[in-house]
Amino acid sequence: MAMKGDFTQNLGRVYGIYTGGFLAFVILLAVLEQIGLPDRVIGYLFVFFTIAVYAGIGYISRTMQVSEYYVAGRRVPAFYNGMATAADWMSAASFIAMAGGIYNAGYSYLAFVVGWTGGYVLVAVLIAPYLRKFGAYTVPDFLGARYGGNVARLIGIVVLFCCSFTYLLGQISGTGEIASRFLGMPFEVAVYVGLLGILVCSMLGGMRAVTWTQVAQYIVLIVAYLVPVVILSAQRTGVPLPQIMYGQVLQQVQELEQTKPALEGVKPFMQTPQNFTEAFNFFALVVCLMIGTASLPHVLMRFFTTPSVREARKSVGWSLLFIFLLYFTAPAYASFAKLEVYQNVLGSSVASIGDVEALLAGNSWIRSFGDLGRVSICGATGDALNGVALTAQMIFDACQAAGVNELNHTAFAIQTDVVVIATPEIAGLPYVIAGLVAAGGLAAALSTADGLLLAIANALSHDIYYRMIDPHATTRRRLVVARVLLIVVAVLGATAVAFLSLGNILALVSYAFSLAAAGLFPALVMGVWWRRTTAAGAIWGMISGFAVTVAYLVYTHPGIGFGAEPIFGISNISCGIFGLPVGFLVTWLVSLATPAPSQEMQDFIQALRIPRGEALMDRGAEAAH
Amino acid sequence: MADTGVAPEVARRHWEKTKALMWVILLIWFIFSFVIHFFVGALNEIVVFGFPLGWYFAAQGSLIVFVILCFWFAHRQNRIDEECGVAED
Repeated sequence: MAMKGDFTQNLGRVYGIYTGGFLAFVILLAVLEQIGLPDRVIGYLFVFFTIAVYAGIGYISRTMQVSEYYVAGRRVPAFYNGMATAADWMSAASFIAMAGGIYNAGYSYLAFVVGWTGGYVLVAVLIAPYLRKFGAYTVPDFLGARYGGNVARLIGIVVLFCCSFTYLLGQISGTGEIASRFLGMPFEVAVYVGLLGILVCSMLGGMRAVTWTQVAQYIVLIVAYLVPVVILSAQRTGVPLPQIMYGQVLQQVQELEQTKPALEGVKPFMQTPQNFTEAFNFFALVVCLMIGTASLPHVLMRFFTTPSVREARKSVGWSLLFIFLLYFTAPAYASFAKLEVYQNVLGSSVASIGDVEALLAGNSWIRSFGDLGRVSICGATGDALNGVALTAQMIFDACQAAGVNELNHTAFAIQTDVVVIATPEIAGLPYVIAGLVAAGGLAAALSTADGLLLAIANALSHDIYYRMIDPHATTRRRLVVARVLLIVVAVLGATAVAFLSLGNILALVSYAFSLAAAGLFPALVMGVWWRRTTAAGAIWGMISGFAVTVAYLVYTHPGIGFGAEPIFGISNISCGIFGLPVGFLVTWLVSLATPAPSQEMQDFIQALRIPRGEALMDRGAEAAH
Repeated sequence: MADTGVAPEVARRHWEKTKALMWVILLIWFIFSFVIHFFVGALNEIVVFGFPLGWYFAAQGSLIVFVILCFWFAHRQNRIDEECGVAED
C-alpha cells in the first residue's frame, strides 16, 4: 500500500481501513456460520486473526531507537493516545467483570464506575502535563530527578513493582482464561499462549509497538462490548440505545422486586448505603480508585508519548471519553441481565423434571454456563474440568433436597463474568457475536498486560540498569537489556499464574490502586505543586504511606495476613484511605523540618510549570548531582 | 542553568492563574465525585426517563461531567498559557 508522508500522518486512513477490515471479517464469519462452520472454528479464527494483526503491528513498529522504544518518539497525537490509554486502562476486569459486579452488588458497585473515571480529572489537572514537560521515560525517573537521586528512584521502583506486578498477574490470568475457554486448551498451557500474544505486541517495538497495537485493540474491544447490548436493547425496547433505554428496565426491575413472590426479601438492585459504615466504604473506595488512577505508572506513562504538553492535556480528555463509552454501558448490561433473570427465570417451577426441562429449554444460556460451573441452581452446577454437564436431573434433585419448588432469588446464582459473556446468547444472537465478545475480552486483557509489562520492564531497564548500574551503556546495549528484562518479567508473571494458586486475583488487583495511591500520589503531586517539598520529605512520605497501606492489608487480609476485624469497618479494598493522609502529612512535616530545596531545584520546578522550553529530563539529573 | 526565557513576574502570574483554574476544576470534581452521591437518597425521589436521579448520577451523570471537565480544563489551561506567552511554539 503506497502512502504519502509517514505513518503518523496517515493514522486516520490506516485505522479506518483496519476498522472496516475488522467489520468485514466479522460479517464473513457470520456468513460462514450460516453455511455450517462449527462454533469451535469460529472461536479459533477470532482469537488467531486478532492476535496475528496485533503481532503484525508489533513487528512493523520494531525499533532500535531509545526514545521510540520508551516513549514512542513522542509523536502520538492526542486522539490516538486517548484510544491507546483507554485500552491500556480497561482490563479484563472492566470488560468482563464490571457489569457482573453491578448485577450482583447493585448501587454500591457504582463506586467503581465513578472512581475509575473521575481519577482522570486529577491526572489532567495535577500530574500528566508536568510529567510530560519533564520529559520522563518512566515515573521513577521523575522522582529521581525531583528528589535528588537514587533513593527516591528506588523507592518509586519498589512501589511501582508491587502495584503493577499484582495487576499484571490478574491480566495474564485473564488472557489465559479466555484462551482456555475459547480454544479449549488447559489453563496452564493457555497462560503461555496468552503470554506469547502479549510479547509479540511489545518486545520488538517497546512503547511504539504497544501504542499502535493498543489503538487497534481499543477498536476491537469497544465494538465487541457495544454490539451485543445494543442489539438486546433494540429487541427489548425497540430502541438501540441501551444507555438511555435501561431507565425503563430499572423501573421494571424495581416493580418486580416489590411484587414478585420469588423475589421476596431480595436486596433491592438500587439500594443505597444503609448506614454510616456502608456510606463511608463507598466514598473511601471512590477516593482510593481515583487517586490510584492518578498514580498508576502504566497509565501516567502513556501521557509521556504526546508531542507536546498541550497535546498531553487534550489527550486526557480523549482517554476519558473513550473509557466513558464502556463504563456508562456497563450498568445497562447489568440492568438488562437483571430483568431477564427476574422476568424469565425466577418464579419458574422446579417441582418436576418436566418443569426443569422447560426452564432450561426456554433459557439456553443457563445450560451453557451451568455446564461451565458459572451458573448454579439450588447449588447444582456443572464442572467443565471433569466433564460434568449440568442436567435437569441434577437441578431437580438439588432443589428437592433443599425443599425448593419454585425458583427464588436465593436458589439462583451467577458468577460476575457471565453477564457480559452470556448476553449474546440471551439475545439469541448467532455464535459469531459470542466470538466477537471473546476477541474483545482478549483485546482488553492483552492491552493492559502490555502496558503493565512495559511499565515494569522499563523501570528495571531504564531506572535500575541505565541510571543506577551503567550510565555509560550504549544505546544498543540498553535496548537489549530492556528486551531481556521484558521477557524475564513476562515469564515470571506467567509462571506465577500457571503454578501458584493465586485465588481471587481480582481482589488483589484492586489493592494495586491503594498501594499506588498511598505510595506515589503525595510525592508526585507535592513535587509539582509545593516547591518546598524536600527529598527527605518525599522519601519518608512514600515509605510511610506505602507501609501503612501494606500494614492494614496484612492486618485485615485472611490469606496473606492476620485476617483481623477491619478498623471502623473499612474494607481492605480501600486500604489506601489510611496510607494517603499519612503520606501527605509525613511529606509535609519532614519537608518543613529539612532545609528548603536548592536554588537549582527551585529553577527546575519553575521550568516544570511552564510549558515552553525543551524537555527537562537530563537537566534534572544534573541538578540532583 | 538553561532558563525558559520567561520573566519571573510573568511566570508568577501564569502560575497564579493556573492555580486558580486548578481549584475551580477540583471543586467541580469534588461535587460530582462525592457531594452529589451523598444525597443519593433524596435524589432518587426524582425519576427522569425511568432513572432515579441518584442512581443516574453515579452511573452516568458524574461521568459525563468528568469528560466535559477534562476537555474544558485543557481548553482553559491552553488559553492561560497563550495569554501569558508561555505556550509551546
